[in-house]
Amino acid sequence: MSITPLTPRSRGARLGASFAMFRNTKSVTGLAILAVFVVVAVFADQLAPFSPTQIDATARLQPPSGTHWFGTTHLGEDVLSQVIYGTRGVVVVGALTSLISMAIALVIGVLAGYLPGWRSEALSALANVFLVIPGIPILIIIASRFTNPPLWVVAAILGILGWGWGARVLRAQTMSLRNRDFVQAAKLNGEPLRRIIGVEMLPNLTALIASSFVGSVTAAILGLTTLSYIGVIPVNAYNWGTILNWASAQGAFTQNQWWWFLPPGLCIAAIGVALALLNFGIDEYINPRLRSAGELARAMRRKGLDTTDGVTAVTSTTTQGPTTR
Amino acid sequence: MTSIDVQGVSKTYRVRGAGSIDALSDVSFTLSSGQTIGMVGQSGSGKSTVAKILTQMERPTSGQVLLDGEPIPTRGAALRAYRQQLRMVFQDPFASLNPYHSIRHHVERPLVLSGVVPPAQVDAEVHRLLDRVQLDAGVVDRRPHELSGGQRQRVAIARALAPRPALLVADEPVSMLDVSLRMGVLSLLSDIQAEDGLGVLYITHDLATARYFSDEIIVLNQGRVVEHGPADDVILRPQHPYTRELREASPDPESFFADHVGGAR
Amino acid sequence: MTTISSPETDVVADGTTATRATRTRARVPWRFIGRRVAFYLFTLWAAITINFFVPRLMKGDAVDNYLARNRGMSPEAADALRALLGLDSDRTLWQQYVDYLGMLARGDLGIAITHGLQPVGEVIANALPWTVGLIGLATVVSFVIGTVGGAVVGWRRGSRLDALIPVTTFLSTVPYFWIGLMAISVFAVTLGWFPIGKAYGIGTTPGLSLEFLGEVVEHGTLPLATIVVASLGGWMLGMRNMMLTVLDEDYVTVAQAKGMPNRRVLWRYAARNAVLPQIQSFALSIGFIVGGAIIVEQVFSYPGVGKMLLDATNAKDYALMQGGFLVIVLAVLVANILADVAYAVLDPRTRQSEA
Repeated sequence: MSITPLTPRSRGARLGASFAMFRNTKSVTGLAILAVFVVVAVFADQLAPFSPTQIDATARLQPPSGTHWFGTTHLGEDVLSQVIYGTRGVVVVGALTSLISMAIALVIGVLAGYLPGWRSEALSALANVFLVIPGIPILIIIASRFTNPPLWVVAAILGILGWGWGARVLRAQTMSLRNRDFVQAAKLNGEPLRRIIGVEMLPNLTALIASSFVGSVTAAILGLTTLSYIGVIPVNAYNWGTILNWASAQGAFTQNQWWWFLPPGLCIAAIGVALALLNFGIDEYINPRLRSAGELARAMRRKGLDTTDGVTAVTSTTTQGPTTR
Repeated sequence: MTSIDVQGVSKTYRVRGAGSIDALSDVSFTLSSGQTIGMVGQSGSGKSTVAKILTQMERPTSGQVLLDGEPIPTRGAALRAYRQQLRMVFQDPFASLNPYHSIRHHVERPLVLSGVVPPAQVDAEVHRLLDRVQLDAGVVDRRPHELSGGQRQRVAIARALAPRPALLVADEPVSMLDVSLRMGVLSLLSDIQAEDGLGVLYITHDLATARYFSDEIIVLNQGRVVEHGPADDVILRPQHPYTRELREASPDPESFFADHVGGAR
Repeated sequence: MTTISSPETDVVADGTTATRATRTRARVPWRFIGRRVAFYLFTLWAAITINFFVPRLMKGDAVDNYLARNRGMSPEAADALRALLGLDSDRTLWQQYVDYLGMLARGDLGIAITHGLQPVGEVIANALPWTVGLIGLATVVSFVIGTVGGAVVGWRRGSRLDALIPVTTFLSTVPYFWIGLMAISVFAVTLGWFPIGKAYGIGTTPGLSLEFLGEVVEHGTLPLATIVVASLGGWMLGMRNMMLTVLDEDYVTVAQAKGMPNRRVLWRYAARNAVLPQIQSFALSIGFIVGGAIIVEQVFSYPGVGKMLLDATNAKDYALMQGGFLVIVLAVLVANILADVAYAVLDPRTRQSEA
């Protein structure tokens, strides 16, 4: 039997293939928007025209103007600068929280998926406890105990409470992987456990881990901004939620001072959109059906075919017989 | 000369809520190097359970398995050494290779872990093994999804042969391949068996290939050995009613036409 | 030299090993429900224990302030509070724990200092119906719209309806409070269609009058709409993805090939199967929705348990905080049990696995 000779492929090409999930349009767009926010957070000092706490008694509650692009607050502080500095808190807490919660989710989820019997059930029950107990109330209870927590403490609390979903998802996937033949074959090769988990199973989990991570960042940012808005996290730390807290407390919503509350709100929305796009991109990579189902259906519609009809449609007939699609 | 001796092995699985299932009952046979045994039976007859017990993915509920007279080791370095002596080729070429890793990885790992060749020669040995299973050298850097089913199964064979085993368990190695590819892979297995003097347990539901490649045939039904003898005897002159049913159930083009169409063959 | 075993059984009639496993059918999957209930009891215990330990992590001066503010209490009430908050320094931690469990068993949750020393239980009982009504209705509406919508979008894949998915997903990444605030800003302040907050007008006495009910509906629309809009995206996306997977299955093709009308295939075959994972994820997201609803209550000054909890937090009324937390957790667990029962009844596989 002759085998067609194959050209060997470079390491770089193979590495590139592992990141294919980030190369479709949705992922790229999402990443681009996120990159903008990260840059703003890093270069806040250079980008902000004023210090966020600089009070200007002569310029209170001004709508957007040449000097103050986003207008001013009730104390005359520049809203644009506050939003720029606020990005820092959001980005730092978002990243740190997800790293913490994903690390915990990874260890517990993969272990729970690989270990058999009661150990797996016990770890799963532990994850479920964290999932079932409603997050916001418990965050309220815990955060209220701190008078002025630094950002990393906030991130730690959010992270420790938020690993449940990732662990659950990873456990399910690890359990399905555990019984696959290639894992059995690795065991028969004599691979030690740490290599079975780390080298054989983990790479097959990367898309799932990426997707969970993105979800984790979304949840972290939502949690942070919400808790800041309701004032449970003290108002010294800057983030978009605290700006909205002040705005709301000063009645900006009822007095239509839109320049104060729209920018932070839109920033939250924008970062949410970016993360959602990224998640969509990864989802389509994991489940190609989601992508091709839409494309194929659109192509069919253009030809005037009914996509919901299960019967293969005849598009034209020739002397040789009907052509089908 | 290595031989593995299965003595009175039974395996019972507990099913939650449904009592228990006797997968194997009192199965005994001996597989020696240089010999091929075909194990046939329908789905659910216990064939795969035998494979799992031989490779120690499961432990027998009763009975014992001896390697050269000694009970097979169940843990530690001795178990690892055992798993280098007795290797397995899995049924599903799509599932038995890790989609993330290259072919090189698949053939290299058992070499490195068993230490049959010094590290400096591992690369050369990988190429030698791939050459042996008639795969082009360019395949080393490919990933499994870029290969056909037949090529993947050849990789699986190369992986199995890497630590230079004495015994091979092939669990339905060609059942999931295109019919046109089956003879190629089976001939390969047969040649390798002859060249290396391996003892091969060939598990299949296909009587024809079992007869073609095996010296002896064991017929399993519902976890029991119902017939065991030289290949030609079992297939051509079956004595047990189940073996006869099995043979009747295999489609044979010649007898089909003779029975249904009538007239000259 | 062939050996054979004695042919005492009729091999063809006997069948294979797989078919011989005995199988009985249970109508109610008791074991499944039993396991879930055991889990929820464990979770409840965990919540109670967290509730027990948190005040004991408090700083000392806050404790003294608390006691100093509460001079008009009866001795029994003071004792109850002491037990609740871990102020009994002469009892061991274990004894305090047992006392606390005893209090809970009696239904005694302490005294609420921000509500004129009313028992916590009463304060919660006043607020609970508002929350249950709001969240209950909102969740049902959101689930129904999201699931039905997702089924339709999945069925008509590639159509313009596909645009609904990114829109609703976008909305679900926006925090609940933001949607609520925008709703107020647009519909209440700018357009004036709805009142700004509270459950009913100031000065209206609660009762079964038409005027009262009318006000309840009027005041409740924006909060309800906020919760629905914020949680819709998740249901729709999940259902649509499941529909796409299910529609690729062979049994759907067979149904259509049989000539079954499309409507039946969509609802009785595809959607019925796609909805099962939705019910599971429903159970899990109840906690999240409750959290969001708490925020919405705050935004709209809606007098439910959520707002009560937040007010108690700001006023440092610890007994009320802990009572509120416990009740919320209890409600979430009950909802989870109901969802699990629904799932068990609907999925024939759980019933089968009982066999």
